[in-house]
Amino acid sequence: MSSNNRPLSPHLDVYRLPLSAMLSIVHRGTGAFLTLGTIVLVWWLMALAGGEEAFMSAQEFMGGFFGRLILFGWSFALFFHLANGIRHLIWDAGYGFEKDEVEKSSFIVLGVSGFLTFLVWIIAFSFGVGA
Amino acid sequence: MSLRSPLGQAKGLGSAKEGLHHWWAQRVTAVALIPLTIWFAFKVAILSMGDYQTVLDCIGSPWSAALIVSLIFAAFYHAALGMQVIYEDYVGHKGARIAAIMGTNLLMFLFGAAAIIAVVRIALGG
Ligand code: HEM
Repeated sequence: MSSNNRPLSPHLDVYRLPLSAMLSIVHRGTGAFLTLGTIVLVWWLMALAGGEEAFMSAQEFMGGFFGRLILFGWSFALFFHLANGIRHLIWDAGYGFEKDEVEKSSFIVLGVSGFLTFLVWIIAFSFGVGA
Repeated sequence: MSLRSPLGQAKGLGSAKEGLHHWWAQRVTAVALIPLTIWFAFKVAILSMGDYQTVLDCIGSPWSAALIVSLIFAAFYHAALGMQVIYEDYVGHKGARIAAIMGTNLLMFLFGAAAIIAVVRIALGG
């Protein structure tokens, strides 16, 4: 080891990232994933505009295992990015940047995004017999 | 020997002063997206098992169509701005970076236009 004692960047392969750092990466990941997911939205709207037959086959796909998997991932990504995005806006306004506050809001972000994902799926299933 | 004068070469090498607008537009669209995405996600959840006519009427009603067009505009603008930041951070090669940013902008524009046309068709019932 060299003898100087300047601070080092964390060695990523032996350093466990704090929760706030992981959420920061996930915010970026969900942003990119949602961007990709806009393709699904465009496709669904075009199917709806394309008439009953096109729409029903789109619905059939989205209601299948693979479609639901995409929708589940998409809904969680959206709600996570939403909750963490609000936290970003609060930071931008200059609040909540103390270490313990960041720790606490990380848990709030996870809780809120989990809760909203759960809620939206409960609603989707409880409106089962036509809307 | 370059034909550009030393002053001309030095000018304009600083920031383009466009960063603030980019940053601000990312925040404005983010704020707009908070109510729009919550509304849309729960609307789609309620409609998830609806039949064709129900979904068509619901998505195509005047307010709902206007909100979806706003959602599409805000989301695609926000996504294009956000992806640009990601490319700037990770794509080191200048040509590849510019190509990625341009490509994303053009695709987002195309998708946005396609989605808005679809909503307008739904709203006008044709
Ligand atoms: C639901 C409401 C949303 C809010 C409140 C929100 C908020 C934000 C904020 C504040 C940032 C900047 C983060 C930073 O400075 O690092 C951001 C970045 C980003 N957002 Fe969103 N966003 C929302 C929805 C979306 C949607 C629907 C998409 C995609 C279609 C999206 C894609 C992105 C991307 C790609 C980035 C760049 C990520 C990065 O630089 O790490 N966002 N968002």
